[in-house]
Amino acid sequence: MSHKSMNLTLHVWRQKNAKCDGKFVEYKADGVSPDMSFLEMLDVVNEGLIGKGEEPIEFDHDCREGICGTCSMVINGRPHGPKERTTTCQLHMRSFKDGDSITLEPWRAEAFPVVRDLVVDRTAFDRIIAAGGFITAPAGTPQDANALPIPKENADLSMDAAACIGCGACVAACPNASAMLFVSAKISHLGLLPQGQPERYLRVRDMVAQMDAEEFGTCTNHGECEAACPKGIKMENIARMNRDFIKASLTCRPTTTGGGAG
Amino acid sequence: MELNSRIPDGPIEKKWERHKFESKLVNPANKRKYRVIMVGSGLAGGAGAASLAELGYNVDCFCYQDSPRRAHSIAAQGGINAAKNYRNDGDSVYRLFYDTVKGGDFRAREANVYRLAEVSADIIDQCVANGVPFAREYGGLLDNRSFGGAQVSRTFYARGQTGQQLLIGAYQALERQVGLGTVKMHSRHEMLELIVVDGVAKGIITRDMVTGEIESHLADAVIIATGGYGNVFYLSTNAMGCNGTAVWRAHKKGAAFGNPCFTQIHPTCIPVTGDHQSKLTLMSESLRNDGRVWVPKKKEDCKKNPNDIKEEDRDYYLERKYPSFGNLAPRDISSRAAKQVCDEGRGVGETGLGVYLDFSDAIRRLGKAKIEEKYGNLFEMYERITDENPYETPMRIYPAVHYTMGGLWVDYNLMSTIPGLFVAGEANFSDHGANRLGASALMQGLADGYFVLPATVSNYLAGLKPGMRPAADHPAVKDTVSAVKARMEKLLSIKGTKSPTHFHRELGKIMWEYCGMARNEAGLKKGLELIPKLREEFWKDVRVLGENESLNQSLEMAARVADYLELAELMCLDALQRRESCGGHFREEFQTEDGEALRDDENFCHVAVWEYQGEGQVPVRHIESLSFENVHLATRSYK
Amino acid sequence: MSVAEQSIAGAEARGHGFLASSVGRKVVMAATGIILFGFVTVHMIGNTQAYLGAEGFNAYAKFLHSMLHGAGIWIFRAVLLTAVGLHIWAAVTLTLDNQAARPVGYRAQQSIASTWASRTMRWSGVILAVFIVYHLLHLTTGTVHPNFDHTNPYANFVSGFKVPLAAGFYIVAQLCLGLHMWHGVWSVTQSLGLAHPRYDSLRRSFATGLTLLVVGVNITFPIAVLTGFIH
Ligand SMILES: Cc1cc2nc3c(=O)[nH]c(=O)nc-3n(C[C@H](O)[C@H](O)[C@H](O)COP(=O)(O)OP(=O)(O)OC[C@H]3O[C@@H](n4cnc5c(N)ncnc54)[C@H](O)[C@@H]3O)c2cc1C
Ligand code: HEM
Ligand code: HEM
Ligand code: SF4
Ligand code: F3S
Ligand code: FES
Repeated sequence: MSHKSMNLTLHVWRQKNAKCDGKFVEYKADGVSPDMSFLEMLDVVNEGLIGKGEEPIEFDHDCREGICGTCSMVINGRPHGPKERTTTCQLHMRSFKDGDSITLEPWRAEAFPVVRDLVVDRTAFDRIIAAGGFITAPAGTPQDANALPIPKENADLSMDAAACIGCGACVAACPNASAMLFVSAKISHLGLLPQGQPERYLRVRDMVAQMDAEEFGTCTNHGECEAACPKGIKMENIARMNRDFIKASLTCRPTTTGGGAG
Repeated sequence: MELNSRIPDGPIEKKWERHKFESKLVNPANKRKYRVIMVGSGLAGGAGAASLAELGYNVDCFCYQDSPRRAHSIAAQGGINAAKNYRNDGDSVYRLFYDTVKGGDFRAREANVYRLAEVSADIIDQCVANGVPFAREYGGLLDNRSFGGAQVSRTFYARGQTGQQLLIGAYQALERQVGLGTVKMHSRHEMLELIVVDGVAKGIITRDMVTGEIESHLADAVIIATGGYGNVFYLSTNAMGCNGTAVWRAHKKGAAFGNPCFTQIHPTCIPVTGDHQSKLTLMSESLRNDGRVWVPKKKEDCKKNPNDIKEEDRDYYLERKYPSFGNLAPRDISSRAAKQVCDEGRGVGETGLGVYLDFSDAIRRLGKAKIEEKYGNLFEMYERITDENPYETPMRIYPAVHYTMGGLWVDYNLMSTIPGLFVAGEANFSDHGANRLGASALMQGLADGYFVLPATVSNYLAGLKPGMRPAADHPAVKDTVSAVKARMEKLLSIKGTKSPTHFHRELGKIMWEYCGMARNEAGLKKGLELIPKLREEFWKDVRVLGENESLNQSLEMAARVADYLELAELMCLDALQRRESCGGHFREEFQTEDGEALRDDENFCHVAVWEYQGEGQVPVRHIESLSFENVHLATRSYK
Repeated sequence: MSVAEQSIAGAEARGHGFLASSVGRKVVMAATGIILFGFVTVHMIGNTQAYLGAEGFNAYAKFLHSMLHGAGIWIFRAVLLTAVGLHIWAAVTLTLDNQAARPVGYRAQQSIASTWASRTMRWSGVILAVFIVYHLLHLTTGTVHPNFDHTNPYANFVSGFKVPLAAGFYIVAQLCLGLHMWHGVWSVTQSLGLAHPRYDSLRRSFATGLTLLVVGVNITFPIAVLTGFIH
C-alpha cells in the first residue's frame, strides 16, 4: 500500500440536461489517496464543490462493486478507464500518477442521450430485452429443474454470456456506437440453453429489429467493445448472433392466420 | 392496533395448500380492471410484478435505478437454498424449515418459514425455466454447495454471481410483460410517500428523478419490495442508493414496523481504508472454508508484516473459542469475536480494525492451483481493491453491516397493518427471525415474488370492486402531493453549510458505535440522545444545491438521510427494549459466562411491532407472540 | 393472440426485412466482399501470365473474352457489377447509420483493439472504387491510356505502367486493397457467423497470408515494368 497522495486535474463534461449544450470544466483534485476508488475521488471533489456552493458533478453509480452496471464514464478516452476488465467503480486511483490530467466524458451514443453531466439514459437496452430477450415461462409449476440436463460446457458458455452487466461500455467504446456485443450476449445466454430453443430464432429477429430501431450503429468488427467490456464478453457472441440471424431470416415463414393446433 | 397474523389453521404441512385453496379468485375477465403498484424491481419486486402481470393484472413497477436489472439483489454472490435433496444427503422441506427457524434464533413465525421451505424447490424449477444458468456437473445436472449454518448441500449457485443471474431471470420475465404492455416500468422514480385513503393503501407519490416531477400513482393495491435499510449505518455492503424511505414513509402512514433492531453483520468484508470510504465490499463467506482467522497475540506485533509473526505468536481465536466449528462459526458469532479482539487492541491493518484470513496453510496443503480454482475471482477482487496479493500476504477482513432482518410487519398474506399495502422481500420483517442464514434471502425474495404474492394479492383484490381507485384530485391524494412537494422545497431552502453525506456519515458513526455488533443500555441511550440532535442540526444546516426540476443526487440523498435520521431512532429504541441477546442482536448485559448470547424466551419470544404515533411522540411497542409447535426452543451452540 | 404471435406481428409491423436490418446489410457486404476478393485473387493469378510474355498473356486475355462464345465475360461482369453495387450500397447506408449513431464524439478516444485497417475501411474502399473506375478506363476501355491497342493487351499493360504516375497510383491502390483485404477477409467470417474461437488465430493468419500474396504479387507488376523486368 502506498501512502503518497496525488494532485490531479480533471476535465469534466458538464451538461445541465439533454436539451442544453455541454462543455468541459476543469477541476483540481488535490490530496487524492491511491487507495481511493475512482468514484470516491469524485465524491471528495463533489464535497469540495458543495462546500464552495457549486453544484456537484452528477454521475451514475450504485453497487460500487462492479456488478450492477450502473457506473459509466469515459476516462481519458476509455470507457471505465485504463484497467482491463474493470468497472469505473472498481478502478482505484493507484492506476494514476501524481500530476495526471484526466478527461471525463459520458457514454456517447444517439441511443444513450445525456441526462445530466456524466449520466446517460440507457433504457434502450431495456427495450431491446423487452422485444425478445427472455424465455416465455410464466411463474407456475414448471418441470423439475433436473428433468432437463444441460451439458456443463453449454451451461458454462451460457453463463459467460449471461455475465453481462448491461453497462453499455461496449456501445461507448465501439467506433460505430453499436450495441452488438450486449445484444449478442443475451442471444447467446438464452440460445445456448435448451429452454431457450423454442424462441431462439424469433428472439434474434425481434431483438435485432429493436436494436436497429433504437438507432445503435452496426458492427464492423473493430473489437473495441470486447476490449472495453468489464465482464470479458467475447466477440464470439456476435458471430453466434449473426449466424442465428441469418438462419432466422432464411427460414422464417409468414405467421399462420388459422391459429395453432387446438 | 390489532395484530392478526392470519396464520391458516391445520397442520403446518397443509397450511399453505389449504390457504391457497380457500383464497378467493378474481374472474379472468376482470383482472385487467385492477391496477397494482409494485415498488421495487429486485428479486421480490421483479418476480412479483412479472407474475402478477402474467395473471392479467395491470402493474406499475418502480425503481430508483435507470433499469430494473440493477436492483441490489444483483450483488448477492453465494447462492440460493432449496430443499431439493438432489444430493440424497437427507435434506427435506422440514429440515430447511428447521434450520431456518433455529438459525433465526427462534424469533421467526413458524408458518411463514415452513411455506418458504415448501416453495423453495419450485423456485429452482422456475428459475431454470427462465434461463438462469446455474452451475452444472458434467452429467448435466445441477451442482450444489454447502453454506453456513447447514449440514446438507442445498445451495444452488451460478459462479459467484447467483444474485445477478436470478435477478436477470426475473428481469427478463418483467421485461417480457413490459413488452406486452401489462407492466408499465417507471425507472428513475423514487417513492417518497404512500397514499392512504380511508385507511386503505391506494397509491404512492414518486419523484421523477430526471425531471423532478412529483407524481401521484393510484392503484387497487400497493406492494413495497424496496429491500433492506442497512444503509442507516452509512457504511454497509448495500448499494449506495439502497434506502429506507419507502418502508419508513409507509410506517409513518400507519404500517407497523417489526423488529427494527435486527441487523446482520457479515464477518468477511474488506476493511475500511480511510475517511473517504463510501461503501464496503463483501468477500464471500465460502472463503472461511479454507482460510484461517487470526490476530497477533501481542499488541506490539500488530503493525508488523504478518509473515514475520511466528506461529506461536498468533492467536487463532475462532479455533480457540469454538473448537468444533472453528473458522466456520456462524456469522453473528464470528463477527463479534472479531470485534472483541480488535477492541482489545489486537486488530491489524492501518486502522486497527481488521483480522487476518490466512490461506498459507491451505496453499501448502492443497497447492496454489487448487486455491486459485476455488477462490481465484475473489482473490482477484481483493487484490483489485487493496493492492495486496492474498496468495502471499494474509487477507484482512472485518465485519460489516449486510442485511436487515427487521422490516415492515406483515401477516401470513404479506399484508401490512394498512389494508391493501403488501410488503415483500428484505423490506418485510418476516422469515428470518433474529439472524438470516446464508443463501436464504434470495430464496425469500423469489418465494414472495413468484409464489406468495400472486396468491395473496389476488385474494385481496377479489374482495374489492374493480375500478374503485380514487381520482387524482381526491383531497387525500392532493394533500399528500403537496406535502411531498413542500418537503423537497424545504430541503432545498435550508441552504446550510454541510452536505447530506456529512450527516449520513455522522449518523453511521453513531449507529455503528451504539447500535452495532454489540449493544448495551448506556450506549443505546446515548444514541437516542445523539440522533435527535443530529436530526435537528440536519434540518437547520443541510446544504442541498441546485433545484428539484433536474437530476439532483444531493436532493435524493438529503431526502433519504432525513428518513434514516428517524428510522435510526426507532432501531435504537427497539434494541434498548429487547432486553435479551438473540441472533444478530447482542446485548452485552445478556450473555453467558463465556460470552455467548443469552436469549430470554420467557419475556421476549415475540416480534416487537412498533406503531407510529406522530411527530415527536414515542412510538408504541406491540407484540406478536411466537409459538413453536414444530421446532422446539433450544439454545444455539456452536462450540 | 399468443405472446409469440404478438411478437411476430410486432416485428412485422416494424417492417424489418432482412435487407433493412443492420445485420442483413452486413451479410450483403460480406457476401459481396467474398465475391470481390475472390475475383481479385483469381485476377491476380491470371495476371501472373504477364511473366510468360506477350504471347501467353494475350492468349489468356483472348480466352477470357471468348468464354461461352463471349457471353461468359458478360455474365461475369454482371455478377461483379451487382456485387460492387450492393457492396457500395451497404457500405454507404451502414456508414451513414454508424455516423448517426454517434452524433457527438469524444474529446479523446483511445483505440485498444481496432486496427488502422479496420478504422479506414470506408476510405480504402473509396480509393478502391476510384481505382476500379480508373483501372477500367485504363486497361479495359483504354480511354485514359496513352496508346491503347485493343488487340494487344500485353502492350497496353506494359506501356500503361511505363507512365510513373499511373504505376504509382496502382501501387497506392494495391496498398489500399491490402488494408481493405486484411480486415475484410478476417471480418467476413465474423459477419457471416462462421467465427469460432478455436479458429481465431487461423482466421487472422489466413487474412494476412492472402493479403500479402495478392497485394505482393499485384505490386510486382508495375514495379516489374518500371524496372524493365517486363518489357
Ligand atoms: C453484497 C450482498 C451479498 C448477498 N449475498 C447473498 C447470498 O449469497 N444469498 C442470499 O440469499 N442473500 C444474499 N444477500 C441478501 C439478498 O441479496 C437481499 O436480501 C435480497 O436480494 C433483497 O431483495 P429485494 O428484492 O428485497 O430487494 P432489492 O434487490 O434490494 O431491490 C430493491 C428494489 O427497490 C427499489 N427501491 C428501493 N427504494 C425505492 C424507493 N424509495 N422508490 C422506488 N424504488 C425503490 C430499488 O430500485 C430496487 O429495485 C446479499 C446481500 C448483499 C448486500
Ligand atoms: C468500391 C468501393 C468500396 C467501398 C466504399 C467499400 C467499403 C467497405 C466498407 C465501409 C466496409 C465495412 C467495413 C467493415 O466491415 O469493417 C467494407 C467491407 C468489406 N469490403 Fe469493401 N468497399 C469497397 C470495395 C471493396 C472491394 C473492391 C472489395 C474486394 C475486392 C471489398 C471487400 C470487402 C470485404 C470482404 C469487406 C468485409 C465485409 C465484412 O466485414 O463482412 N470492398 N467495404
Ligand atoms: C496491379 C494489379 C493489376 C493489374 C496488373 C491488373 C490488370 C488488368 C488488366 C490487364 C485488365 C484487362 C484485361 C482485359 O481487358 O483483357 C484488367 C481488368 C480488370 N481488372 Fe485489373 N489489374 C490489377 C488489379 C486489379 C484490382 C485490384 C482490381 C479490383 C479491385 C481489378 C479489377 C479489374 C476489373 C474489374 C477488370 C475488368 C474485367 C472485365 O473486363 O470485365 N484489377 N486488370
Ligand atoms: S457486453 Fe460488456 S460492455 Fe457491453 S453491456 Fe454487457 S458488460 Fe457492459
Ligand atoms: S467495437 Fe463495434 S464494430 Fe463490432 S466488434 Fe465491437 S461492436
Ligand atoms: S456501481 Fe455497480 S458496477 Fe459500478
